[in-house]
Amino acid sequence: MANLALEVGRTLQPEAVMFWILAPIAVAAALGMLFVKKAVHSALLLAWVMITLAIFYIAQDALFLGIVQVVVYTGAVMMLFLFILMLVGVDSSDSLVENIRGQRPASIVAAIGLGGLIISLISRATLGVETVGLQDANSAGNVQALAQALFTQYVWAFEVISALLITAALGAMVLAHSTSTKSRTAQRDQSIARFRGASLATAAGLPGSGVYARHNAVDVPALLPDGSPAPTSVSATLDARGDMLSSKPFELEAKEVEED
Amino acid sequence: MSTAQLIGNDPGWISLVKGLLIFVVCVLATLMSVWGERRIVARMQQRLGPNRVGPFGLVQALADGVKLALKEDLIPKAADRIVFVIAPIISATTCFMSFAVIPLSGKVTLFGHKTVMQLTDIPVGVLYVLAIASVGVYGIVLAGWSSGSTYPLLGGLRSSAQVISYEVAMGLSLVAVFIYSGSMSTADIVAAQHQWWFCVTLFPSFVIYAISMVGETNRAPFDLAEAEGELVGGFHTEYSSLKFALFFLAEYVNIVAVSALATTLFLGGYHALPGLGFTESWLGGWFTVIWFLVKVLFFFFIFVWLRGTLPRLRYDQFMKFGWKVLIPFSLVWIMIVSTLRVLSQQGAPKSVVMGFVVGVVLLVLAASTLIESSKKRRVNEDALGEVAAPSFPVPAIPGRETINRTEQLNG
Repeated sequence: MANLALEVGRTLQPEAVMFWILAPIAVAAALGMLFVKKAVHSALLLAWVMITLAIFYIAQDALFLGIVQVVVYTGAVMMLFLFILMLVGVDSSDSLVENIRGQRPASIVAAIGLGGLIISLISRATLGVETVGLQDANSAGNVQALAQALFTQYVWAFEVISALLITAALGAMVLAHSTSTKSRTAQRDQSIARFRGASLATAAGLPGSGVYARHNAVDVPALLPDGSPAPTSVSATLDARGDMLSSKPFELEAKEVEED
Repeated sequence: MSTAQLIGNDPGWISLVKGLLIFVVCVLATLMSVWGERRIVARMQQRLGPNRVGPFGLVQALADGVKLALKEDLIPKAADRIVFVIAPIISATTCFMSFAVIPLSGKVTLFGHKTVMQLTDIPVGVLYVLAIASVGVYGIVLAGWSSGSTYPLLGGLRSSAQVISYEVAMGLSLVAVFIYSGSMSTADIVAAQHQWWFCVTLFPSFVIYAISMVGETNRAPFDLAEAEGELVGGFHTEYSSLKFALFFLAEYVNIVAVSALATTLFLGGYHALPGLGFTESWLGGWFTVIWFLVKVLFFFFIFVWLRGTLPRLRYDQFMKFGWKVLIPFSLVWIMIVSTLRVLSQQGAPKSVVMGFVVGVVLLVLAASTLIESSKKRRVNEDALGEVAAPSFPVPAIPGRETINRTEQLNG
């Protein structure tokens, strides 16, 4: 086996050093991706695996591929993943309850199928084929050679894959889209509604929290001129969470009102 | 000898010296640009700005930096500690990396060695800068997420959406440059501009790049990720001391980086202004560095000018602008550019090229007229009909007859 590696091509000293440093890290990160609890940590480790792969590509003279790997996968695709995962929140771990029935056998079949496909593809491309060598393959320039292959020999596959991707994106959009029952109120409509509504009480906006009250914190209701608290002055979120202070201690005593 | 060959001949220690120089210049540029920004914005607001520490207040940024570093370093209880520490490190390291491919000068003699002030030249240099920028955003996004607090999370979310959207426009604006220079290496792109700068020949691309570079660096009017008025500080709300200083450093180095890339791609890089080419041989080629810095400073001034002039965009307007204006516009522009390029490469007669250009201009005019008229119609539909007079005295609205209920009651 060792001889075979020597026959295919000699690995230069710096490249070997780089490989033996980065490859264990990449494998460890890939394993970590499977075993860490938080989804964002998983995504980060995956991003790291992608970057190490990009470095390997660059080390093997596939400069364009390496850079595009970072731009597209690490920069755009993983960022979209992160975008979704971030909404999950910092404390929550993945829920391990399966919602779709028969997901496990289906995914095992799909994984074996994909693995078989990839192995057969790689073996078809490598076994019994004369190696050209990177020097010859990149003789016209790395980018130019790639463009040549992509837009002449493989143009059909390229177009099919792009059509597939566009279909998938459109399908996801159509399936996820739902028309709302009532039209969204824009800033303009809200402004009109404030002034043309039944009461002008909130025309200038809702009262700020803590006005005339004992504290001016966000969870303290403001006091109205008659001494009663104004619950609308505190954010509805705080109210729902139960974080709004009771308005009782802030009310003026009835005695004072009587004196007036 | 070409630039790539010159760099290839560099011994290891010259590369080290260059790397060190780039780092020092970037850090110094940050200190100076913080001071410069405060002074320029102050001028625009009829103030003086910092003028106490050192001559003209020049050392103000350094004093602030020392103060910042000595502050207490807090990590919130709800934060994800590892990611919280990693995030500013990602931001601060990636921002320096893009300078590796920026050509800062023409041929110079460094310690008796003929070379150029460019760390390395790779055939896909500009894409490399894009890749580094997209990794750098991880710092901001992760900082927002790991803080375990609402405002930073919103800032991080905004920033990730913003960068994905504006990187598309930025990438598309570069395509025209690649088509016309026939290369993605920064040195070749600068060489291709020895006669006409791309900001003249590819003006629309330049405009798109200039807009998206402001979006990319989170600067006003696109500073939605750290909007002080809405999100306290956005992604860096929970950061203090050195970690905050790293974000601060990253922001300013990024401004210099995108300005340097804009200079390289559109303003002829280190080349002198038209008609002043004879200066390039002064000081043994080191004068080209001055030209480069002057152009970068020009962009930096624009950044400050924008900040001093424009209010922040609303988030939905900002996204709409990116997706519905910039991206379609640059796609159409790329079609036009590539058609022109193919026409000229195939040796098409002048009349065909002229016909194509005239046709495009006519189409653009027709489209803009259609858009204008539809806009007018929408305004008409939006107009409010007659409404009942309010039940309290109001001042007369100019151009509209109003009946005051109180007058009616009194009269």
